[in-house]
Amino acid sequence: MLIINLIGFVLIGLIIWWFWLYKPGTTAVTKGTVPITVENGVYSPAQVRVQAGEPIILSFVRKDSSPCSAIVQFDDLGFSEELPLNKAREIKFESLTPGKYPFSCQMQMYRGELIVEGQSDE
Amino acid sequence: MSSNSPNIEKTLLIDGAGCASCVGKIEGALLEVTGVQKASMNFAQRTVLVTGDVVDHDLIRAVESVGYQASFVDENDQDLLDEKEKSEAVYYSRLMREMTIALSLGVPLMIYGLFIGEMTVSTNMERIAWAIVGLLTLGIMYFSGRHFYIGAWKSFQNHSANMDTLIALGTGTAWIYSMVVVFAPDAVPLMARHVYFEATAMIIGLIDLGLALEIKARGRTSEAIKRLIGLQPKNARVIRDGEEIDIPIEDVALDDQLRIRPGEKIPVDGIVIEGSTSVDESMLTGEPMPVEKAAGDEVVAGTINKSGTVIFKAIRVGKDTALAQIIEMVKRAQNSKPSIGRLADVISGYFVPVVMIIAILSALAWLNFGPAPAVAFAIVSATTVLIIACPCALGLATPMSVMVGVGKAAEAGVLIRNGEALQTASQISAMILDKTGTITEGSPQVTEIQLTGDHKEEDILRLAASLESGSEHPLALSIVESAKAQGFTLSKVTNFNAIAGHGVEGEVDGSTLLFGNEKLMEERSISINHHIADAQRMASEAQTPMYLAINGQLAAIIAVSDPIKKDSVEAVKRLQANGIRVVMLTGDNRATAKAVAEKVGITEFVAEVLPEDKSNKIEELQAQGEIVGMTGDGINDAPALAQANVGFAIGTGTDVAIESADITLMRGSLHGLADAIAISKATLRNIKQNLFGAFIYNVAGIPFAAGVLYPFFGLLLSPVIAGAAMAFSSLTVVSNANRLRLFKASGH
Repeated sequence: MLIINLIGFVLIGLIIWWFWLYKPGTTAVTKGTVPITVENGVYSPAQVRVQAGEPIILSFVRKDSSPCSAIVQFDDLGFSEELPLNKAREIKFESLTPGKYPFSCQMQMYRGELIVEGQSDE
Repeated sequence: MSSNSPNIEKTLLIDGAGCASCVGKIEGALLEVTGVQKASMNFAQRTVLVTGDVVDHDLIRAVESVGYQASFVDENDQDLLDEKEKSEAVYYSRLMREMTIALSLGVPLMIYGLFIGEMTVSTNMERIAWAIVGLLTLGIMYFSGRHFYIGAWKSFQNHSANMDTLIALGTGTAWIYSMVVVFAPDAVPLMARHVYFEATAMIIGLIDLGLALEIKARGRTSEAIKRLIGLQPKNARVIRDGEEIDIPIEDVALDDQLRIRPGEKIPVDGIVIEGSTSVDESMLTGEPMPVEKAAGDEVVAGTINKSGTVIFKAIRVGKDTALAQIIEMVKRAQNSKPSIGRLADVISGYFVPVVMIIAILSALAWLNFGPAPAVAFAIVSATTVLIIACPCALGLATPMSVMVGVGKAAEAGVLIRNGEALQTASQISAMILDKTGTITEGSPQVTEIQLTGDHKEEDILRLAASLESGSEHPLALSIVESAKAQGFTLSKVTNFNAIAGHGVEGEVDGSTLLFGNEKLMEERSISINHHIADAQRMASEAQTPMYLAINGQLAAIIAVSDPIKKDSVEAVKRLQANGIRVVMLTGDNRATAKAVAEKVGITEFVAEVLPEDKSNKIEELQAQGEIVGMTGDGINDAPALAQANVGFAIGTGTDVAIESADITLMRGSLHGLADAIAISKATLRNIKQNLFGAFIYNVAGIPFAAGVLYPFFGLLLSPVIAGAAMAFSSLTVVSNANRLRLFKASGH
């Protein structure tokens, strides 16, 4: 019984770690147009990292026919966009201030993040 | 089917392709772009259809690299809508098919378990039989539930979890446990050798059914926008080289002349150049009375010509027509979320892992403290917890209601900018109404001229009109129009000067004129003492008196009256009945303001307000803790509209002041305002019901599923019931949002 309880708590620990504590490795900074596929409950890539001050285009292609994925919303930027099935829908950002801009479907099941980094010290 | 081979089609419009040999070059360049599978050019239409998984800009660059220009063809709303409906129909029938397959195994199994036999494994025969059923269930999981497992796995890899995760875990747990019972019965106590294949099959079938019904219900939430899109006719009849030809709407160019016959829809926005008719604009403005149109009047796309045949010139086409802009605005607003939905979003973000943890805790509790067979109870409760939890209902609660509410408003001629404006409008406690053009018609007429010197009435009107011809004030316009109507030729004005909030001065025909209110006369020391009583009498009759001084002597008082809109009184009553404090603001004098306010039943008003002070007055009310709505004409009142918590621009007909306001009322009537508030209140009430329902469902359902009632009443929920509850909880949310479609704003 002790072992079963232990396994249970380890599982809980793993859930907490995997879904909340885990910090994804940093993705490379991208430029220009970033294609994002919307399929099977995820945006891929789910994280897009860009440099501040540079225009960026996110090109969403929805391949999932579930209506849940039909809208992508940028809550912090206060807008949303309807994504047609199997067609690219480009969203252009002229120049964003550094920060994190999460995007999601209306039900927060699909989640992604646009990370805008400050001027690097290169 | 969600295909793995991307089949994305894009249409490029090519500019500069003059010869057929370009075709090969352009196609070749496009085929070299990574991801392009096919590129075929239609030389006659100068378009290329590109198939493949590609980035738009790469395509444009490729075409440019061989020396041509390319752009994407704007898809029209109707095509997009048709496509969306088509893909949803495909998805719906796929879900229904999957549901049928799953239930055709699940239902007989459940009937067997309930009425015929025990779903336990004790003999070898039973083991073989259940092993076959187990494999059949695996087949169901593959054919009918594959999308749940793929979705769950993909999001797991992505460190996120969603509804798929819960369904996959729930059904997976039930199936794996049952298979263990079948293949290694010794691993579980004798009493716990029970299989749950029926749960897996039933849950998958019920959730597929719920999703399918949800798609149908979702379709109804967007009825309003479909109706707007449907207003756009497909063809137009243009007159080119003296001949009438029917052409597709996309090909209508600016300045084209179009002919419209009775009963036809107007295809693009334009100005009537010949003929006269009446036009039904109710589909856009909510105003039921047809509007008369003659040469010089504007007509807008989507409205219906009733009686006559007219020729008009196109002034806005394609994406620029009022209808196209309205559609765009409604679409954006429907997809935006008011802040009331934020909390639900935050909860949804943590929801699934929390439910997984609760499922484990519940299983552990049963294993540690539960009665025998504890393992079976643990498995059932964990599965039920996973299945009953429904983050979807929580997530859908707000957007579905916003979708219907914004659409409903559009049907009443009320354009709401976004979800936040909708939410704030529902909370408005004080409404400021501008007088001119909002409460009144905004087209004042000269009603009385009282002479106070030796000038003749004609001279007075002619001089005043000449002076005012340089001013843009609505009162000035009324004087100029009266003079013109009487056939006077206006003289040139020199040294013109407008004194904001007071009046104007200038020289006409060698006389120095001063025209304005009492304050202006006092400032310039013009004696009006003997005539103040006359002016006050005019004001008390809701006319606006203005003094005209010629060469330093008072010459006349000209009274102008702006008729009150016929339904203002009733609309103000509706606002007040909603508990809203109605305040009237006007630049007009106190006595006139008082008379107008009394006529419409407003007790609180501020007169003689300079344009820039309107926003100060709003700040004042806000400082008193009021949530202030401001209704004005959208152009002169822009700063005040911006200062208010919600700015309402009141339009005249379809002249849409889309830019400046949070909410645009397309018809002139104040009923639009009362409707806007009524709809926003109804929508917010609907959202709250949805959020409350979804929240309570989860808060009550999860502990129930975990078995908290078992120690007291011996009740433990079956996973199948949980599946049905979960499938129908999101359907309930969508259906409740659809109830809003039946809402009637009482102003019609």
